[in-house]
Amino acid sequence: MNSNRSEQLAQAAQSAILVLDGAMGTMIQQHHLDEADYRGQQYADWDCDLKGNNDLLSVTQPDLIYQIHCDYLAAGADIIETNTFNATSIAMADYKMQNEAHLINVESARLARRAADKFTSENPQKPRFVAGVLGPTNRTASISPDVNDPGKRNVTFEQLVEAYTESCEALIEGGVDILMLETIFDTLNAKAAAFAVHDVFDRLGLTLPVMVSGTITDASGRTLSGQTAEAFYYSLRHISPFSFGLNCALGPDLLRQYVAEIAGVAECLVSAHPNAGLPNEFGEYDMEADEMAAHIKEWAQAGLVNIVGGCCGSTPEHIKALADAVAGQPPRSIPRFDVKMRLSGLEPFVH
Amino acid sequence: MTAEFSTFINIGERTNVTGSARFKRLIMDGDYETALDVARQQVENGAQIIDINMDEAMLDSVEAMQTFLKLIASEPDISRVPIMIDSSKWEVIEAGLKCVQGKAIVNSISIKEGEAQFIHQATLIKRYGAATVVMAFDEKGQADTQKRKVEICQRSYKILTEKVGFAPEDIIFDPNIFAVATGIEEHNNYAVDFIEATRIIRQTCPHAHISGGLSNISFSFRGNNPVREAMHSVFLYHAIRAGMDMGIVNAGQLEVYDEIPNELREAVEDVILNRRDDATERLLDLAPKYQGEGKEAAKEDLSWRDAPVSKRLAHALVKGITDYIIDDTEEARQQAERPLHVIEGPLMDGMNIVGDLFGEGKMFLPQVVKSARVMKKAVAHLQPYIEAEKSDDNKSAGKILLATVKGDVHDIGKNIVGVVLQCNNFQVIDLGVMVPTEKILQTARDENVDMIGLSGLITPSLDEMVHVAKEMERQGFDLPLLIGGATTSKAHTAVKIEQNYHAPVAYVANASRAVGVCQKLLNRKSRDIYAAELAKEYDTVRDQHARKKPRSKPVSLQEARDNAATPDFSTPPVVPRQLGVTPVTAGLETLRHYIDWTPFFLTWSLAGKYPRILNDDVVGEQARSLFDDANAMLDEVIANDSLQAKGVIGLFAANRLLDDIEIYADDTRQQVIGVSHHLRQQTRKEKFPNYCLADFIAPKDSGIDDYIGAFAVTAGIGEQALADKFIKDGDDYNAIMVKAVADRLAEAFAEYLHEQVRKHYWGYASDETLDNDALIREKYQGIRPAPGYAACPEHTEKQLIWDLLEAEKHTQMRLTESYAMWPGAAVSGWYFSHPESRYFAVAQIQKDQLQDYAQRKNWDEQTARKWLAPNINE
Repeated sequence: MNSNRSEQLAQAAQSAILVLDGAMGTMIQQHHLDEADYRGQQYADWDCDLKGNNDLLSVTQPDLIYQIHCDYLAAGADIIETNTFNATSIAMADYKMQNEAHLINVESARLARRAADKFTSENPQKPRFVAGVLGPTNRTASISPDVNDPGKRNVTFEQLVEAYTESCEALIEGGVDILMLETIFDTLNAKAAAFAVHDVFDRLGLTLPVMVSGTITDASGRTLSGQTAEAFYYSLRHISPFSFGLNCALGPDLLRQYVAEIAGVAECLVSAHPNAGLPNEFGEYDMEADEMAAHIKEWAQAGLVNIVGGCCGSTPEHIKALADAVAGQPPRSIPRFDVKMRLSGLEPFVH
Repeated sequence: MTAEFSTFINIGERTNVTGSARFKRLIMDGDYETALDVARQQVENGAQIIDINMDEAMLDSVEAMQTFLKLIASEPDISRVPIMIDSSKWEVIEAGLKCVQGKAIVNSISIKEGEAQFIHQATLIKRYGAATVVMAFDEKGQADTQKRKVEICQRSYKILTEKVGFAPEDIIFDPNIFAVATGIEEHNNYAVDFIEATRIIRQTCPHAHISGGLSNISFSFRGNNPVREAMHSVFLYHAIRAGMDMGIVNAGQLEVYDEIPNELREAVEDVILNRRDDATERLLDLAPKYQGEGKEAAKEDLSWRDAPVSKRLAHALVKGITDYIIDDTEEARQQAERPLHVIEGPLMDGMNIVGDLFGEGKMFLPQVVKSARVMKKAVAHLQPYIEAEKSDDNKSAGKILLATVKGDVHDIGKNIVGVVLQCNNFQVIDLGVMVPTEKILQTARDENVDMIGLSGLITPSLDEMVHVAKEMERQGFDLPLLIGGATTSKAHTAVKIEQNYHAPVAYVANASRAVGVCQKLLNRKSRDIYAAELAKEYDTVRDQHARKKPRSKPVSLQEARDNAATPDFSTPPVVPRQLGVTPVTAGLETLRHYIDWTPFFLTWSLAGKYPRILNDDVVGEQARSLFDDANAMLDEVIANDSLQAKGVIGLFAANRLLDDIEIYADDTRQQVIGVSHHLRQQTRKEKFPNYCLADFIAPKDSGIDDYIGAFAVTAGIGEQALADKFIKDGDDYNAIMVKAVADRLAEAFAEYLHEQVRKHYWGYASDETLDNDALIREKYQGIRPAPGYAACPEHTEKQLIWDLLEAEKHTQMRLTESYAMWPGAAVSGWYFSHPESRYFAVAQIQKDQLQDYAQRKNWDEQTARKWLAPNINE
C-alpha cells in the first residue's frame, strides 16, 4: 500500500520474471466443503443456499483461505491474488449478499496481506505482494442477454462503476499492493472497473499498480465481447497498466499465440496465467505441472512474458514447477513503440 | 498522391442526423434496423471510423445515442471499426462513452466555454479511454485566421498535455475548413489559413492530428461537381502535405489530382492558395466549361454587367443568375443608406418584375424558383447587416404555415408554393411532410401565423384535411385555411372541408394562384369580401354536386358481375420462369433512358408532350432549359451515386375467386398466402364488360393454373438528404428538381422492370422489342396497375404487396398510416399477363359493393367508407 512496496514491485519485475499464484477454486474444491461450512457461524440463518460462494469463505473459513495463500507463497509465488473473484455487489446478488461485498473484500485482502507479510518477513530478499482481484461480474455491459433484443443489457456502466468502486475501496482498505482486473470477457465491464479504480485513486490521493488480464474465449482469438487481443489492449491502454495479459479459458499451448500478440504491442509488462490445459470429460484440468512448466519456460525463453502464473486447475505444485522453470530467465524487455493514436473497435486501428 | 492518401484517415459521416436526412428520419421513426444498414454500408464502403451524431431537437439524443451504440455492439461487421461519438452536447457524449468497449473518438470539445469546463471534459474523456477532436474555438468564437487557429490549438494542446495529462497522440485538432471563392474578399484566404495553420500545429504540437470536413471548402460551387471535385483534390493535396491526416471526405467527390485538366487545376490552385486577386472571378469564368461532362457551355453574354447596380440586380433576379449576386448586393448595400433599403428597393423592384412577368405568363415556374434562389442569396448576404442595425421594422407580408398532412409524403407542389410565396415577401414556415394535426396547430399558435396551408397527394389525405379543419374549429382557431395538392379539388373542399370550419377555407388550384389568395386573406377587409365570394362559390359547387347525376345509370353488383369480362383462357397462361420473390436493382444510367418526360414538365406547370414541348412556341425555351437542368441533375446524382434505386418483384401462382384473387405459396396451390381484393365497375355498360382486375386471372374452378405478379420500386434512396442539402444552401430550385427527377426515375424503374418481367423473370413476352416511346404508349402485353389509382383505387391493398414481397426489408420502402409510400419517389403494383388485360377506371361504386367489399376485407362499414370515399358518391 505504501509507495515503497510499489517501488519494490517495479524493481523485482525488472530483474526477474515474477510468479503469480494459481487457482483458488481448485484448491477449495479439494476440501469438499458442505453448506454448513460455507455458512459458518456468521451466516447460519441466511435464507438462501451459500454453498459455492467461495469468496464468502474469507469470512466464514478464514483459516482455510489463509492456508491456501501460504501454500502458494511456499511454492514460490511473488504475487498472490485475493479471494474476491465474485466479491462485487453485482455478483454477490446471486446469494442475496450484495450488502456483504464490502466486508468480503476487506477480509479477503487482510488474509492475503497477512500471509504475504509473513513470508516477506521470513525472507526480506524476496518481497511478496498482494493483488486485489476485481472480477468480471456475471453480467455484460456490451452483450445482450436476449438474442431477440440486441439492444438489451442486464447491467449499465454506472451500476458497474458503483459496484467496482465499493470493491476497490474495500480492497485498498484491506491492504492490497496491486489491483487486478482479471478474466475480462467484456471490455466495457473492464472499462467501468478502470473508471472506478481511477476515481478511487483520485479520491484517496494515491496510485497503485493496476494489472489487467483478459480472457480469449476460444480459438477465434477474441474476447467474448468480440475484440481481438490487440484491440482489447488499446481499449484499456489509457489506464497505464502495470501489466497487461491473458488468463483462463485456454491452456498454455493454445494461449501462446495471443500472449505473443499482446507482447508485440504492450507498452507495459506482459502477464499470463493460463489454465492447466482444457477440462477433460470429467470437467477436470489434467495438464501436469511439468508439462505446463515446459510451455511457460519456452515463453520465457522467447521473451514474451514478465509475470506468469496459473488459472483454473493449477495447484501449488504447478506454481512451484513454473517458478523453477522461469528462475534465472530474463523478463521480457519492453520494446519502444512509435507514438501513434491507437484506437479500436472489435479490431485495432493504429494511426 | 497514393502514399499520402494511404495514411489519410477517412471518417464515415452518413450516420449523422444533422448531415443525413435519411438517417435522421430512420432514427426519428425508430427504424434502427435500417439505420444499422446505413452504418454497415459505410464500413463496407471503406470508412475506417464511423461518426455517429444524434443531435436533433425533436429527439432524446442521449437515448438515441445509447440505443444505436448498443445495437452496433451486436453487429460485428459494423463494430469492428472505431466509433466517433459526435455531439455538441456533453451529456450525449458521456452517454455514448458508456456504451463502447473499443477506444472511441469524441467529437468534439473546445475551450469555447472556458478552460475549467474544457479540463473537466478532457479529464473524463481520458478516464473513459477515448481520443478527442478539439475544435479551434475559444471564448471569443470560432477561429478563422491562421493566427487564431494556431493560437487556440496550441493553447488547447498545452492544457491537455500539461494540466490533464492527455496523450498527445489522442488529440485531433479541427482548425475549421471554411468555404472559399464566395465572392467575399475576407474568405479568399480561408484555405491558406487552414493549410498554414495545419503546418504550424503539426510542428508545434507533436503527435497531434489534424482533421476537418472537406466539402465545406467548395460550397460556393454547388451544382458544379467537376469544379468541386477539383477543389477538394487540390485542397487535400496541399493540406495533406501540410499535415492534415484525417477528415470527413466523400470519396466519390474527389478527382485525382493529376487528372485535373491543367487549366482547371491552375485556376483552382489560384483560389485555394489565394495566389491572385481575381482568382475567384477566373474560376467562375472557367467553371461552366467543366460543368456536366466537360461540355463547353455557350459563351455567356456579359454585357449586362456594365449596367448600374440596380439594373444588374433586376437582371440577375429575372434571369436567375447567382454568380454575381453577392458582389452586386454588397455594392448596393454600400450605396444604400440602410441595408434594408436594398431589399425594399432594387431587390423588391426586381422581384416585382418577376411577379409581373409570371402573372403575364411570360415567365414560368422553374424560372421563378430560380429567381427566388437569387433573392435568398441576396437577402442572406444582407441579413447580418440588418441584424447589426437591430431594426425592428423588418416586416414580412405575412406568416404562412405549410404542411403535408399526416400519412402523406409528397411535397413537390407544396415546396413550389412555399418558394413562390417567399418570393412575394411572405414568411413561410414549412413543417415538411407527414405532419400530425397537433403539430400543425401547435406551431400555428406558437408562431402566431396568419394562415395555414395543407397539402396532400394521395386520396386518404383528403380525410386528414377534413380532420384538421374540424380540429381547428374545435380548438377555436380563426385563421384562414388553404387547401392544395393533386387530389384536392374545389368540390371536395366545398363538400367536405369548408362546412366544418367557420373561417375562410380556400382551395388553391396551383402555385401561381397562391399569392393572390394569400394576399386577399391577409387583409381583414379584403378577407371578408373574399370569404363571402368563396362562400357563394362553394354553395354553387355543393348545389351542383348534389344535383349531379351519374353519367350512366348504376347497376347492382350482381348485374355488374354478370357482365364481367371473360378473357380467353384457351391458351394456358405462361408459367413464370422464376416463382417467388426477387430483389432487383438498376443503375440510374440505365433508368434515365426509360424516363417518360411529359409528367416532369407538368410538375413545373409546363403543359405539352415531350419531345414536342421542347420546340413549343410559348414554353419551348423554358422546357429546354428545364430539361437541361434535369439532365445535369441526373449526371450529378449518377456521378455521385447520391440517389439509389431499389426494388423487389414477386411472381406467384394465383386464381380468381369472384372479385378476389387468391395468391398461393407455390404451384401446388394448397396454401393461400394472401388475397388481393378488387373493385368492379358498377355503371351500365352497353358495349363493354363491367371490368374488375380479378377478371384477368383464371377462376379457381376452371382448373387453369394462372399467375400474378407484384412489384415495389423506389428511386428515392438518398432523395431527401440531397434535397435537404440544397435547401440548407438556399437552393430551393434544385431541392425541387431532385424530387422531380427522383419521381421520374421511380416511374422509369417501374417501366424498365415491367419490361424485364415480361421478357425475363416471367418471360411471357420474351421476344418483345419496343423502343421507349412504344413503352410509354403501353404497346406491350399485360398491365401493371397500382393500388391507389383508377383500376384498383383502394390504398390499403398496398399492404398485401408489402407483405408478399417483404418490401420494406428488400427496398427500405415503408408505408405510412395512410398507405403512402416512403420515400415518395416510389411505385408499387400488380402484374397481369393476360393479353386482354387492360387499364380502366373503377369510378363510382354502389352501397351493395361497399358492403360486399367491407365483408371481404373484414372491415366494418365505416372503415370501408373511409377507404372507399373517393369512389362513393354521397
